[in-house]
Order: sequence, then structure tokens, then C-alpha cells
Amino acid sequence: MAALGSPVRRAVAPRYSSRTSGPLRRRLVVGLLVLVSLVLITVYFRESPNGSLHGVQSAGSTALRPFEIAANRIARPFHDAYNWTADVFHAKSENEQLRADNKRLQQQVIQSATQAQQALAYQKILKVKRAPAYQDYAKTAVTAEVLSNPVSQFDQTVLIAAGRDSGVRVYDAVVTDRGLVGQVSKVAHDTALVTLLTDKESAATAKDLQTGAIGIVHHSQGPEDLLFLDRVAKNKVVNRGDVVITAGQMSGHRLPSFYPKNILIGRVTRVGQTDVDSFQDVQVMSSVDFSSLQYVLVLASDKPRQRMP
Amino acid sequence: MIAPAAKAAVLFFFVTIVQVTIVSSIGILGGSPDLVLVTLVAVALTQGSIFGAICGFWAGLLLDTATLGTLGFTSLLLTLAGFWIGRYGETTGRDRAHAPLLSVAVVTVLYAAGSLVLHFLLREPAPAQVVLFEELPGTIALNLLLTLPVFALVRRLFASPERAAPEVEFVG
Repeated sequence: MAALGSPVRRAVAPRYSSRTSGPLRRRLVVGLLVLVSLVLITVYFRESPNGSLHGVQSAGSTALRPFEIAANRIARPFHDAYNWTADVFHAKSENEQLRADNKRLQQQVIQSATQAQQALAYQKILKVKRAPAYQDYAKTAVTAEVLSNPVSQFDQTVLIAAGRDSGVRVYDAVVTDRGLVGQVSKVAHDTALVTLLTDKESAATAKDLQTGAIGIVHHSQGPEDLLFLDRVAKNKVVNRGDVVITAGQMSGHRLPSFYPKNILIGRVTRVGQTDVDSFQDVQVMSSVDFSSLQYVLVLASDKPRQRMP
Repeated sequence: MIAPAAKAAVLFFFVTIVQVTIVSSIGILGGSPDLVLVTLVAVALTQGSIFGAICGFWAGLLLDTATLGTLGFTSLLLTLAGFWIGRYGETTGRDRAHAPLLSVAVVTVLYAAGSLVLHFLLREPAPAQVVLFEELPGTIALNLLLTLPVFALVRRLFASPERAAPEVEFVG
């Protein structure tokens, strides 16, 4: 704190070399430098890469190169140390990011695999739709995704994602590329319930493709997906390994059916007969795996349905 | 005048080498520090507008040569930056403690904007969003961090020899 009468030293103000210079000189210098810069830009921009300014610049760059190399060598350890420290700091967040990416990619892989499987299943169904056996239904058949598979032995039905709005009606036959699945038993607007051939109430008129023996296919009542070809007279020939197909709507016949003809049901696995029974005992293994249905083809038709006798 | 000019020439030579080889590769907060610009601000503030303009031209020339950029491009921008900061130092910024920090912040923004405009005029790629919103905040912060040490070094380098200050005696 300065006191009156005591000597006080005033701070020396910084000296500016150009502060004392006149405004004209100042403007001249700056104007000249700006002009030179603009000329340099213009000439450099317009001349070819082999031009004089490019040559000067190249020479200057070459002259600077040793200094740059030296600076790089001096800074290398510090640069590496900086990078190492930065990497350590970033490692944790990077790890979390990579874990998240990994999780997301795994989900994408699963999704892609599922879509590929669905596409394959859909493709198979479309192939079935074009098969000669279903040519009567080529325009009206409906491809549907199976929404729920049978949950127990007592529930031999599946829900499909097609209903009345798609033209599905009760008693429409349902097939896959492997053969007959069952028939539609209940219809809503956009879903339908399909009763499988393995249901105890299901039955289909069938015939042995090789011998022509006709009977009714129904479930064996056992735990497996075994079917029986019932009501085959003892005088008819049925051999093990024969293919069993639907016999179709045979008007006037004693075994009428809603199922169209020539749909694959399965193969005969055992043939037997007893003296007390009036019919043969024919066991059929279905060609369809009823436990893992993905897509089915509903053989819907816009024609009026025949009345059952 | 010759001694400070020689000092400045050598200073900017080394600063340019350091900028091109080391500092430009440091990337923090999306930006990288501009040691040449900060040094220029410090020199211009302490030495005045003409000195600042000449130093800016020289530093720009060195930078364009070292990076094989358009010759005169950086010279033009740094000449103007050096001159304006010099004028600020000669007039309102004199003896103000915040002058270096304020100058560096303002010049960093103006330099980025001017660079964008020039690139645009020369029909070169000028990604304004990247430069102004992604890189500029980080560059400003890093330049401000460099300001005080660089300013102290430059002041020391260009310090004039001590003179005996005239004593003023108050008589009452």
C-alpha cells in the first residue's frame, strides 16, 4: 500500500514494437502479407502439380523432413505412453460396448437362423401347393403358420394363423409336405383349430396304394403317433411297407370322407389278423411329425361342400 | 527488432514441427490442440499487430509446406489472426488478465470458421458439422489448457532486458 511521501515504483508497461508505428505502416504490412497469401493461393491453385510453387513446397517439405523425423523419434516414447494410458482408460468402456455388440449380434444370428428355417418351411409348403395332387386347390389353398402345437396327449389339436377371413372352413383338410395332418374343426376370423389325425375322434377313409385295399385310418389310442387302418376285410391284401393314402370323397361308398384323395398318410408297419376279429389288424406309421408342425397348407375350397350321408 | 524476429522465426519453426508431428495426433474430446495458433496469440499479444501478422504469415507458410497443403492458405488465416490479436493487445486487451484466454477462445472459433469458408471457396471438402460441432469444442478446451503455459513461455522468451524504472515520488 503506497503511502504519501514514500517512493512508489510503477510497473513497466510492455513495449510493443508496432504500437508506435503509424496506422499506415501497419495497414501496409498486413495488406502486403494478405496480398502475398492470396497470390500464393491463386498461383498454387492454378498451376500444375509440376509448377514452380509446388516445387518450392516440395523442397521445403524435404528440408523439414529430418526435423519431423527427429521430433517423431523424441516423442515416440511419450506418444506410446499416452496411447497406452488412453487404451487402459478406454478398455473398460470398450469391453462393455463389445459385450453389448456381442449380445446384439447373437440375437441377430438367432433371428436370422429362425427366419431361414421359416423360409425353408414356407418354401416346402409352397412346393406342396403346386403339387399335382392339390391342383384343385392351387388357387384357394391357404398357407398358415402353426401358432400352437399339441401340449399333451389329450390335446391333439393345433391353432393355425388363418381363419374365416382367409377362406378357411370347417372340415377343410390340412396337410404338410410330409402328408395329411388333420382337418379344421373350428374357425375364427383369423385363426382356426385343426384336429390332428392322431386325435381319437379323427378318422379318414384310406387305401393301400399298392393293393387298393380300403379302410379307415384312426389313432391307435396309444402314446405313440401310431395309426390303424381299420375295417380292412380279411380277403384284402395289405403288405408291410405299403403306402397308405386318403381314398377321397367316394359318393355312395360305405366309408365317406371329407378328405380329398391321394394325400399321403403313412406306411404300413405291421399286418396281422385274429380269428375272432372280422377285419385285419393293420398298423400305420404316419409320415408327419405331429409334435413339431411349423407351417401347414389348408386345402380350402370355394365350392359348396358335399353333404355327408 | 531483429533479435525478437529471429527468436520468433526459430520458435515457430519448432512449434510447427511439434504441431505437425506430435500435437496433431493427440485427439481428446473430439478435437486436437493447435499449438501454432496458441503460440501465435501469445506472440501477437506481447509483441503487437505487425509482429503478430508477420509471425502468422511465417507460421502459415511453414505449416502449409510441412503438410503439403495449399500454399498461402494457412498463411492468410494466421496473418489475419496475428494482426487482430496484436491490435487487441495494443488497445483494449492491454494489461487484462483474461486477454490470453479470451483471445485464444475467439481466435480458435474464427480460425475454424475462416478455414471452413476458404475450403468452401476453393471447392474443397468443408464438413461444417464435423468441424464446428464435433471438433471445435474439444479444440477450444485443449487450446485454453495450453494458453497459460505457452503465454508464460513466450513472455519469458521475448522479455526485454530489465531497465531501471523511474521512481515517482509523491510530495504532499
